[in-house]
Amino acid sequence: MLLYDQRYRSITIQIFALFLLMLGAAWLIDNVISNMRLLGRSFSFNFLWQSAGYDINQRPIAYDSTMSHGRAALVGFLNTVILAILGCIFATVLGVLAGVLRLSSNWIVSRLITVYVEIFRNIPTLIWILIFGAVMAESMPAPSAFRGDDPASSMIFDAIAITNRGVYIPSILFTTDLGALQLGPVAPSLNWLLIFAILIGSVFANRALIAHATRTQNATGIRPKTWWKSILIFLVPLAVVKLSLGVYLDYPELRGFNFAGGTHLRNSFLAMWLGLSFYTGAFIAEIVRGGILAITKGQTEAAFALGLQPGKTMRLVILPQALRVIIPPLISQYLNLTKNTSLGLAVGYMDLRSTLGGITINQTGRELEGMFLLMLTYLAISLTISALMNVYNSRIKLKER
Amino acid sequence: MSDTHAQTVSYVRETMLAPQDPPRSQTGAVKWVHENLFSGWINTGLTLISLLVIFWLVSGISPWLLNSVWRAGSLSECRAILDGTSGACFAVIVDRWHQLLFGFYPPALYWRPVLALLLLFVALAPVLFTGLPRRMLAFSALYPFIGYHLIWGGSLWFPVTALMGFGVGALAYLLMRKLNNLAAIFAAILAPVLWWVFAAGPLDSALYSIMPLGLDFVRSDRIGGFLISMIVGVSAISLSLPLGILLALGRQSDMVFIKTVCVVFIEFIRGVPLITLLLFASLLLNFFLPPGTSFDLILRVIIMLTFFASAYMAEVIRGGLAALPKGQYEAADALGLDYWKAQRLIIMPQALKISIPGIVNTFIGMFKDTTLLVFIAILEPLALANAIRADTNWNGIYWELFIFIGALFFIFCFGMSRYSMYLERKLKTDHR
Repeated sequence: MLLYDQRYRSITIQIFALFLLMLGAAWLIDNVISNMRLLGRSFSFNFLWQSAGYDINQRPIAYDSTMSHGRAALVGFLNTVILAILGCIFATVLGVLAGVLRLSSNWIVSRLITVYVEIFRNIPTLIWILIFGAVMAESMPAPSAFRGDDPASSMIFDAIAITNRGVYIPSILFTTDLGALQLGPVAPSLNWLLIFAILIGSVFANRALIAHATRTQNATGIRPKTWWKSILIFLVPLAVVKLSLGVYLDYPELRGFNFAGGTHLRNSFLAMWLGLSFYTGAFIAEIVRGGILAITKGQTEAAFALGLQPGKTMRLVILPQALRVIIPPLISQYLNLTKNTSLGLAVGYMDLRSTLGGITINQTGRELEGMFLLMLTYLAISLTISALMNVYNSRIKLKER
Repeated sequence: MSDTHAQTVSYVRETMLAPQDPPRSQTGAVKWVHENLFSGWINTGLTLISLLVIFWLVSGISPWLLNSVWRAGSLSECRAILDGTSGACFAVIVDRWHQLLFGFYPPALYWRPVLALLLLFVALAPVLFTGLPRRMLAFSALYPFIGYHLIWGGSLWFPVTALMGFGVGALAYLLMRKLNNLAAIFAAILAPVLWWVFAAGPLDSALYSIMPLGLDFVRSDRIGGFLISMIVGVSAISLSLPLGILLALGRQSDMVFIKTVCVVFIEFIRGVPLITLLLFASLLLNFFLPPGTSFDLILRVIIMLTFFASAYMAEVIRGGLAALPKGQYEAADALGLDYWKAQRLIIMPQALKISIPGIVNTFIGMFKDTTLLVFIAILEPLALANAIRADTNWNGIYWELFIFIGALFFIFCFGMSRYSMYLERKLKTDHR
């Protein structure tokens, strides 16, 4: 019998499993088709081009309620990406800081950080998001508290106003506008693209400078001073841009019942950003702590014995080894944070799940198509992050010979 | 000689000095404070900043917490009692704790979920602590049926007939084993399924009409609060471990097809947020079932959460499998063990031990994720907090509810993480 013969056993089992799987899939698809026929519906994505009819309060690209559901989904997607990127950055800063401080010999600091980590790790992220939302909406002063000669609240450095309607920060504006680049659905500002390009250029120039210094050191034994050249490489192009484009800060100021000018960070965004960052930061703190503890003390001592200074010991010996332990779990935390951005609906943050997976599905009744697109997009985001991070991970991996 | 010596040296000590205490700065509290808090200016700065943070937190929260009101009928009554001062209104918890714990479960029947919870601890005890007699595991195996009957109620014969399905399976296996081993396995799988689909229902109603035993039936939509978090969490956790082990083994398998299916399943589940899977369960699952069928939302959610947790579990266990030295697999082969025996006796005990922290973390994550049920209109604690706020009496109350719910979650999750530490210490067989 095929099952008892070593040569065919594995292939028999697999064909049997394939058969079962196809049978199951056929059953499911048949069910979907008959259900759709019963409801008199078809499977089509035409709804994406119909007018959406709802507003989105946070708009990274131009959008109004007459635009299509597809455009609304794109706005939601960009909001998700913005939140994920900012959240990952802030969570990393918090996590690294907390992870290092928890190892501090200072008793009070390490206890304080332990309390932070345990409290945030053991209470669901959704509760934290709601708590931060409530802190913003309930405990912050109303804009009217900033009025009068002797106001109850005042702006921080005359630039940042924290109110119960959100936080107002100065925004960067230009007197000379180079216009926008038309890229189909999105139109990024040329000014920002220029600044971005210059920054990337500076990074590459700086890298070339350091490589040159290393070559000189290898050839002559003397390392040329590079720090002032590095500063110049970064500052001079930016100063030229500032002068030529006329960069200035637009400060928020109280007008009427509310603040005007500057950038308005809405409560929904802040609740999501702070909630996710503090929650994920607690996990990252544990990862960082574990990574540092995984490096034995002998490594530090060996580095000192070789005559390396503490800073160089950290940079050249400890960090490269600790990063190898830290990066894989860090990637999964970034993925978790990105997936948790889908909780935005709880505080009214209009991310992809609230636009495409929420209002659009409710309005058009296209659950099947909407959910399909939603899952596909999240899957694409997750796979992209893990692919990028895996590339990075393989670059810093121990090169075994 | 001694005389000259006595003349040249004016004084010789002949007795030992009594030992002196170390300098005051090198002992006790002063030394500890100096070493741990003020050993350098960075350290001093950190200490001062921490003290400032602690002072800020305590001075902000403690007046509010100490000045709390425990007896009031509504938030406005609370505010009247507080008379303009800042204070917590824990009266809402006194008024509504039963809702946060049980949802809209009939108050007269609260003893049933409480008993179910107590029995859960009895059932868990032999699983968690190996020192207890092994015979208690029989109760653990029966617990799902007892727990179901206690919480939902209905006919007593329903769980009994469901349980009989396993007896039917065992019987079929024993009868068919004489014929053929493979046929016996098929029979053992097929017979209970046939029993549950065709025989269990009629038998249940027949027995119930003869002997109407049972508890009052409670509808699923009345169950809520922490009760639902516990039901969903515990069932999904206990179901996801075996499924996760199977998925992990499938992913390590040599069979290309099986491996592909497992990888696609795991990566898909891990790649989408849980909330989309829950929406799938509540909105779309009916599309994939024969027209007209529909089953309980709680059951659908448990299935989805099980899938979700098992994908993560599979990755954790795969890590444990990968950490085992290859020699263990080869040793099992050398002993002539077949695949399943090798897994059961050699590989899994070690792999699971390595992955305990990860498994417990998955459990904790899973339990915390039950809060997401609020999005699909299941009455978990956060949904009830919204319901309480919707009441005019308690409109505008936030912190007290968050503190109560957060504290309950904290107790369970923190307890689980401590248990995992205990287990790690206990199972550590290497001598380091």
